[in-house]
Amino acid sequence: TARPCMLISSSVALDFVLIGRTSAFLLLHQARAERFFRSDHTNNWAVLVCTSRFWFNYRHVANTLSVYRSVKRLGIPDSHIVLMLADDMACNHRNPKPATVFSHKNMELNVYGDDVEVDYRGYEVTVENFLRVLTGRLPPSTPRSKRLLSDDHSNILIYLTGHGGNGFLKFQDSEEISNVELADAFEQMWQKRRYNELLFIIDTCQGASMYERFYSPNLMALASSQVGEDSLSHQPDLAIGVHLMDRYTFYLLEFLEDIHPASQANMNDLFKVCPKSQCVSTPGHRTDLFQRDPGSVLITDFFGSVRKVEITMETINLTVPGIPLERFGGEPHTETALAYVDQLPVAQIIHQKPKQKDWHPPDGFILGLWTLILLVFFRTYGIKHLKHIF
Amino acid sequence: MFQDRMGLLSDPNRRRALTNLLTRLNTPICVLCYLAGVAWFMGLAFEPFTLRTYMSENAMGSTMVEERFPAGERALVTAREFGAHKRKSGAMPVDWLVKTMQSRGLEVYTQSFSRRLPFPDENKERYMVRGTNVYGILRAPRAPRTEALVLSAPCSPDNSNNQAVGLLLGLAQYFRSQIYWAKDIIFLVNEHDLIGMQAWLEAYHHTNITGMDWAPLHGRGGSIQAALSLELSSDVVTSLDLVLEGLNGQLPNLDLANLFYTFCQKQDILCTIQEKLQRSDWDSVSGYSQAVQTMALMVLKQASGRPWGDHGLFLRYHIESATIRGINSFRQYKTDTTTVGRLLEGMFRKLNNLLERLHQSYFFYLLPSLSRFVSIGYYMPAFGFLAVILLLRALDLWVQLGALPSVTEDGVGVTDQSSSPSLVSILTPVVISHLTGAALYTLPVLSQELAVQHFPVSETEAVVLTAIAIYTAGLALPHNTHRFMLAEGTEQGWRVLKLVAVLYLAVLLSCTALINFSLGFILALTLVPVAAFVTPHVPKVLSAVVMVLLAPGCTLLYCVFAFQELQEAPVSLIDGWMLFLSVISQGMLDHALYGSLVYPLLALFIYPCWLILWNILFWK
Repeated sequence: TARPCMLISSSVALDFVLIGRTSAFLLLHQARAERFFRSDHTNNWAVLVCTSRFWFNYRHVANTLSVYRSVKRLGIPDSHIVLMLADDMACNHRNPKPATVFSHKNMELNVYGDDVEVDYRGYEVTVENFLRVLTGRLPPSTPRSKRLLSDDHSNILIYLTGHGGNGFLKFQDSEEISNVELADAFEQMWQKRRYNELLFIIDTCQGASMYERFYSPNLMALASSQVGEDSLSHQPDLAIGVHLMDRYTFYLLEFLEDIHPASQANMNDLFKVCPKSQCVSTPGHRTDLFQRDPGSVLITDFFGSVRKVEITMETINLTVPGIPLERFGGEPHTETALAYVDQLPVAQIIHQKPKQKDWHPPDGFILGLWTLILLVFFRTYGIKHLKHIF
Repeated sequence: MFQDRMGLLSDPNRRRALTNLLTRLNTPICVLCYLAGVAWFMGLAFEPFTLRTYMSENAMGSTMVEERFPAGERALVTAREFGAHKRKSGAMPVDWLVKTMQSRGLEVYTQSFSRRLPFPDENKERYMVRGTNVYGILRAPRAPRTEALVLSAPCSPDNSNNQAVGLLLGLAQYFRSQIYWAKDIIFLVNEHDLIGMQAWLEAYHHTNITGMDWAPLHGRGGSIQAALSLELSSDVVTSLDLVLEGLNGQLPNLDLANLFYTFCQKQDILCTIQEKLQRSDWDSVSGYSQAVQTMALMVLKQASGRPWGDHGLFLRYHIESATIRGINSFRQYKTDTTTVGRLLEGMFRKLNNLLERLHQSYFFYLLPSLSRFVSIGYYMPAFGFLAVILLLRALDLWVQLGALPSVTEDGVGVTDQSSSPSLVSILTPVVISHLTGAALYTLPVLSQELAVQHFPVSETEAVVLTAIAIYTAGLALPHNTHRFMLAEGTEQGWRVLKLVAVLYLAVLLSCTALINFSLGFILALTLVPVAAFVTPHVPKVLSAVVMVLLAPGCTLLYCVFAFQELQEAPVSLIDGWMLFLSVISQGMLDHALYGSLVYPLLALFIYPCWLILWNILFWK
């Protein structure tokens, strides 16, 4: 796709070179302008999923609500958050403090709050609904609050929590999503250009197995435990009678509470959250599919919705795109029109290369070979043995 | 060459070799199997072979609750009030209970019931029973009324169990002020212990199994998930005893026992099972002997088929229940009522978290101690060894029957006999034995009037003595049945009869062991040797004595003495005999009142089987 921003910045630089003004003062503006365009996302989305139900899985709902709370505090609005909770803990009959979900013992932090907006609740949280949300294949009657309306400039945060195993995550005690399905869903998202960059966080037992199979670009993944390890829960609350949070998300929440919208903390700090001494399990991460260096990725690129607004007292001359090309004196050629990427590239699908099949020797050859063998056998040992075969 | 390829069993030579082996080695293998069965059973309590108990139900988790029950002293005051009103009114103070429960905010209902026992019960001194149950329902504040938990305390006529009712009312008041209940809690005070409980349960579930007269229940909770029965007769306790055995040897899910044990450890209360203390050295010799004693006590209690606490009747409706009994012995460390209340509060909060009925842990188990258990997969082979003896004997008899016609052809013996015995000569002993069994089952209760008129005994004694008389009269049968036989018995005749008897016994014992392992195992211990060795050719007097000593009646007598020994309260012969008589009468009453199956099983099936074997011994 054409990148008008880059053209503007390069045109700014060329302009200065051509005109010949080289002062540090203007270079500073240039640096600031370049930083302005460091990441190419324009909007943020979050998909937060809690997959387990029943009162003794209180901590999974608390996990998801903690991340929801942080994400909302850092600026992502409810319209850009798809919150899926498989069970209602706040209004469960066994909750001694109704309408609250606490994340810290002694009831210090109520993550349920009074403005929580749950998009998929109870039995609506299924593998099918989750995959439909990710890929955008929802029936036309689905309301906007239940859709992930991301585009190719969206940075998406996906947070999953629940009970998992090696290669799967359990939904609602009755079905599972496998790591292959998840990887394919992300590939579908990439082909439809439904994300710019995607951060995937999972807090389950053996969570690292879920990101092993990813193969689409611009994916970064974090998990609370490696394959073969269990993610442990953090604190029981004796008044409520259940474990309130999982360790990894507890320390993640602690880390996120220090982040504010202008914070410059980057992903390397996030990777250090909850080392083995605190978490007992070993958190893992995967960045090989991500194109930028994690050290240059801000936390707020995914967890917040930071508007790119820079206040400056100086005027910066930004010329109209296309004019520098004319200045260079080349043939004036018309600017190619900018268009959206084809969401469903039918041409590519129809004219696909045929799948490479394994080569077999032709059938007739095999038949002839066996006939030859049989004939040789009977010739050597005589025809009288034929009756033993038939 | 053709015969080389024949199968093992279809080749006559090989078959003959196999059957010869079977016949020759039969007795040694039987003896070995018997010893192996007994040794396996004794080895079950050996510590390395047992497993440590653990909580299987995920929803109940660990002891992660904060118990805050404060009102132990107030519960004792209520208990004293209850005792005073009970003494004043002589029976259960229904009005006072209704008023007290209502003041605590429960929905209170009463149920009246009446029952005439088949004959007077001398242990509890009752014949015409009329009573009232009082129960209050604590509705769950926010939940639909689909599930319920029950806490019950019996109202005993003398001065016992007052503190249980007091604690029940104290807990009711405390529970009422909590909002985290997801199930209704029913607080039940039942009169005439098991009879009242049976009336309440029958009315709750709309069944009428035992022919009792009860008023229908006006108030109901949902389906009951678990029940606890409390027996507390002192202000302070030194230990809490857990009673699990219920009607017909049914046991609650092991998770309930695990729950009790974990909370005992949390509250630092001394907990026992079979009233035997926990110890730390289970692998020593004395530890092993205590484990064996505990397990043997559990086996005896389970085999008796009677409910050993008020909880025993819930198990029939698939409601997991247990009785917690407070014991006050001469020990320095006493636990007060508040701590007992906290234990119950913790258990109820955990049961409240349940989403389904308890089903994750074992339903069939034996407990050598509260922290160790033996599951059905481990104890069943002990019975299997004993059942194999019967099958081996049956095979041996089959082989002998197959070989016999060639023997009689040689001319020794009577010549003008049919080669196969007539059906009548086999059926006759069977039918007559079963008729005697039916007589043993029905006559004692029916003829008590007649007996009381002619003999100076009470009704209970009349019933029991009639039963013993019929049992002993059965011993004289063989001499009389021969009058009904059309021809003399043959060698084949008794073999066929024994084959039938052995297979019948095997089926009976196996079915019994499936439902109530302890009963099946104890009966097998004495009946299998009898069935194995009895033939008309063994020395008559000696084997007659041995057979009588190993008969079901004497087995019951030995069990009574063993039970008293294990409880460390050994009895003299006279007292043991009186206890034996009362056990027989209790067995008959249990069958009539609650539907216990031990007495019909013994009278209608086991005793006729033994009589058939007795007939074989005196075969002519």
